[in-house]
Amino acid sequence: MMSTSKSKTIHIRLRVWRQESRDAQGFFEEHELKNVLVDMSFLEMLDVLNEQIIKSGKRPLEYESDCREGICGTCSLMVQGQAHGPIRGATTCQLYMRSFVDGETITIEPWRAKAFPVVRDLVTDRRAFDRIQMAGGYTGAKTGPHADANAILIPKDLADRAMDAAACIGCGACVAACPNASASLFTSAKVTQLALLPQGQADRKRRVIRMVDQMDKEGFGSCSNLQECEAACPKKISIQNIAILKQEYLKAALAADFRAGMGSADGGA
Amino acid sequence: MSIELNPGIPEGPLSQKWDHYKANMKLVNPANKRKYSVIVVGTGLAGASAAASLAELGYQVKSFCTHDSARRAHSIAAQGGINAAKSYPNDGDSVWRLFYDTIKGGDYRAREANVYRLAQNSTSIIDQCVSQGVPFAREYSGELANRSFGGAQVSRTFYARGQTGQQLLLGAYSQLMKEVDKGKVTLFPYREMLDVVMVDGKARGIITRNVTTGEIERHAADAVVLATGGYGRVYFLSTNAMNSNVTAIWRAHRRGALFGNPCYVQIHPTCIPVSGSYQAKLTLMSESLRNDGRVWVPKKKEDCKKDPSTIPDEDRDYYLERKYPSFGNLAPRDIASRAAKEVCDEGRGVGESGLAVYLDFRDAIKRDSEAVIRERYGNLFDMYHEITNENPYRAPMRIYPAVHYTMGGLWVDYSLQTTLPGLFAAGEANFSDHGANRLGASALMQGLSDGYFVLPYTVTNYLGTHAQELLKKVDVSHAAFDSAENEVRAEIDRMLENGKKGKRTVTEIYRDLGKVVWEKIGMARSEQGLKEALAEIEKLQKDFDTDLLLTGDSKLNKNLEMAGRLRDLLELGALMARDALERKESCGGHFRVESQTPDGEAQRDDENFAHVAAWEYKGKGQVPARHQEKLVYENVKLSVRSYK
Ligand SMILES: Cc1cc2nc3c(=O)[nH]c(=O)nc-3n(C[C@H](O)[C@H](O)[C@H](O)COP(=O)(O)OP(=O)(O)OC[C@H]3O[C@@H](n4cnc5c(N)ncnc54)[C@H](O)[C@@H]3O)c2cc1C
Ligand code: SF4
Ligand code: FES
Repeated sequence: MMSTSKSKTIHIRLRVWRQESRDAQGFFEEHELKNVLVDMSFLEMLDVLNEQIIKSGKRPLEYESDCREGICGTCSLMVQGQAHGPIRGATTCQLYMRSFVDGETITIEPWRAKAFPVVRDLVTDRRAFDRIQMAGGYTGAKTGPHADANAILIPKDLADRAMDAAACIGCGACVAACPNASASLFTSAKVTQLALLPQGQADRKRRVIRMVDQMDKEGFGSCSNLQECEAACPKKISIQNIAILKQEYLKAALAADFRAGMGSADGGA
Repeated sequence: MSIELNPGIPEGPLSQKWDHYKANMKLVNPANKRKYSVIVVGTGLAGASAAASLAELGYQVKSFCTHDSARRAHSIAAQGGINAAKSYPNDGDSVWRLFYDTIKGGDYRAREANVYRLAQNSTSIIDQCVSQGVPFAREYSGELANRSFGGAQVSRTFYARGQTGQQLLLGAYSQLMKEVDKGKVTLFPYREMLDVVMVDGKARGIITRNVTTGEIERHAADAVVLATGGYGRVYFLSTNAMNSNVTAIWRAHRRGALFGNPCYVQIHPTCIPVSGSYQAKLTLMSESLRNDGRVWVPKKKEDCKKDPSTIPDEDRDYYLERKYPSFGNLAPRDIASRAAKEVCDEGRGVGESGLAVYLDFRDAIKRDSEAVIRERYGNLFDMYHEITNENPYRAPMRIYPAVHYTMGGLWVDYSLQTTLPGLFAAGEANFSDHGANRLGASALMQGLSDGYFVLPYTVTNYLGTHAQELLKKVDVSHAAFDSAENEVRAEIDRMLENGKKGKRTVTEIYRDLGKVVWEKIGMARSEQGLKEALAEIEKLQKDFDTDLLLTGDSKLNKNLEMAGRLRDLLELGALMARDALERKESCGGHFRVESQTPDGEAQRDDENFAHVAAWEYKGKGQVPARHQEKLVYENVKLSVRSYK
């Protein structure tokens, strides 16, 4: 293994949120870490902290991660009051200690939103996002024979725009950053992707109505254009998607033919 | 005592075997389908596609994953692309060629019939994904775009920027969520499967632990599918996600499912080199980069620490282009990895550690412009920049091989059924289609082929064949559930109890295991090294049993989860060493130093080793038994794999 002796190190103080369970009272626990390599990732720094905690016989700190390369959406920390920390367009796992200075005190908290209850310490339950998806985030295609993939041509710019929206990783930073805890950016990303593509047309109206309704049911707040979500989003999902979402919702809600069919099992439209 | 391994390959010529299977399979009548339930463990490409497709047929499906959401399965991280024999570029591709490339790429250690079916299904996969709204890359004409991957001379890889796995998984996930909404799939997130329950010789359920509450639960069904991914995390450092593990398939192995070719591991040539002892994970730089990047090291050792831009072309060794002129930088992964190790072993590696080679885009940027390269690989370049703090548009990337994929897994027959009746394995969790080396962009293809287009038929055939027995429902109060649950509980309690006394953390023992398997069961394997590995792993097992330090309770406790997984990985590591020791030939990713050609290429021994090794568990600390499935090649001629 490569020697790291040449790398720079810093000393830091940490204030980490500890909370036994969903209903327990949480509190900040303080720790000190010496000789933290600046080339370490933020989560690797927490790994080191956890080894220290375990060796002292205490219950380890719970925080989530999986891919550690910014794509799975599992990591989810408020660092210094910012969702995913101070670097724009990056997830917590893509944050490096070189973003902090020697002697800094770093505060680490979980996502805070009614719809994302704390499970333990820094882990929150984000299954509300799944339920929004369930309500309509799909095209309805079943497994089986389909038209040849090149049968419907899709202009490159359209495909690219759909891909921009589809890049959402479902991390929830948009919710955590929003003073209203709105899930509009997340929902709008899926709605936009499918509204742009020919494959998403058949159930376009049903989709937006059901997804927005579910979002409200989950206890997410409404969007008042504060734009904090876009700033926090690690995938730079554009707030324009929310404008599209609002438009799509309005169009669908106004469509009388849809109203009539909405109650039926297949949802009409 | 040797088990007769029957792969159950259908009759007829290669191209008609799958049709033959479908024409002769047992069906389940539509009204009866809802009477059957199927458990699918895992929600990666294989699991999500299987669960959604089985539910669409009418079965009651229960879908399990360890994450909070099905969408976070490790498949999400796949970058480069998915192969399909669509032949859109008109460059000579066909089902036959994809089949042939895969068999050859796997160094003639895969089953012909499975691979042919995979190539046949590949084209339907693309149609399926497009219908879900997967935003594949397109040309200005509006048609789908393709790129090339290693081991192929045609352009058959479909992609969605550098996020192909994400988009394919979100497609499968959306189809799954549609079925959840309809009430045909019940989701069980935050669950770790810890045992398979066998009743009267058939898989009838599983035991899970709810990782957030610690509750141990029982779930019954009529068939069980394991789609729980690969076991590359046995190396501790790998490109696999932190939660990837072997536990689900290992517990099945302990119950009697044979484990196929455990020593076949893929070491990917283009990863960001190890930089420190605190690292927990390595990052892949997609193979697609080798379309435009040129791999080199300095010809002279004394140049290795110099600024690469000051080294003139005549002093650079573009060793892949030199050694493999017809495939060049797109040589298959096993070959490219070994070549990198070789030049570094010669002392010509670069970077602080000397364990790295250059991947250089200078010429591509000159030829196509920085904008074009940014358009193609922007997110990968950004990722590299973030991690290393170096700008790859200005200086070449530094890369080194890292563990990436496991070709081995549960042994399955043609229908993807393990040796335990009613227990199926799909995706990276099975050993099936890639032989001793997987070609790039073929894992996504295999996972989706298994889930969308194979299991819906083969699980149906199983249910139809055993209808009488399966319609007598087994309840979770059955004694088999009692004993399986008790064993699971006892093991967790034992770990927590022992953990109070010891001194070594899970991570410490785990790192040591990783180091042993990397050094001795990695890119080059020798008889002596493998024997040492066995002894060292045995010592680590002892550490685990007697000196483990584990704190916290039985509720949400990542460290406890990791301990359980480590326990299984230690046993797996030993099995890998044994398998590598017994396979006294080199093939694909398995390179035995005793078996090489004069110019250092892998030397197969077809006479003695043209077979699958399938291992039977004999109890903790006992020597496992090795069985064989003979590989019969009726359509391709076994030849020396050459990429020169
Ligand atoms: C960084 C990276 C890039 C890659 N790029 C490509 C590429 O470009 N092209 C390509 O073809 N392949 C690629 N691969 C390989 C490919 O991504 C994987 O082989 C494939 O996605 C595996 O899919 P899967 O469905 O078998 O398993 P996974 O996606 O690993 O899913 C496993 C599932 O099982 C669940 N699970 C695991 N254990 C348990 C348990 N005990 N109980 C309950 N649930 C459990 C997990 O929660 C998860 O849902 C890449 C791999 C990596 C690491
Ligand atoms: S929109 Fe952005 S911040 Fe919100 S879930 Fe998606 S990726 Fe995360
Ligand atoms: S751990 Fe996957 S996005 Fe951070």
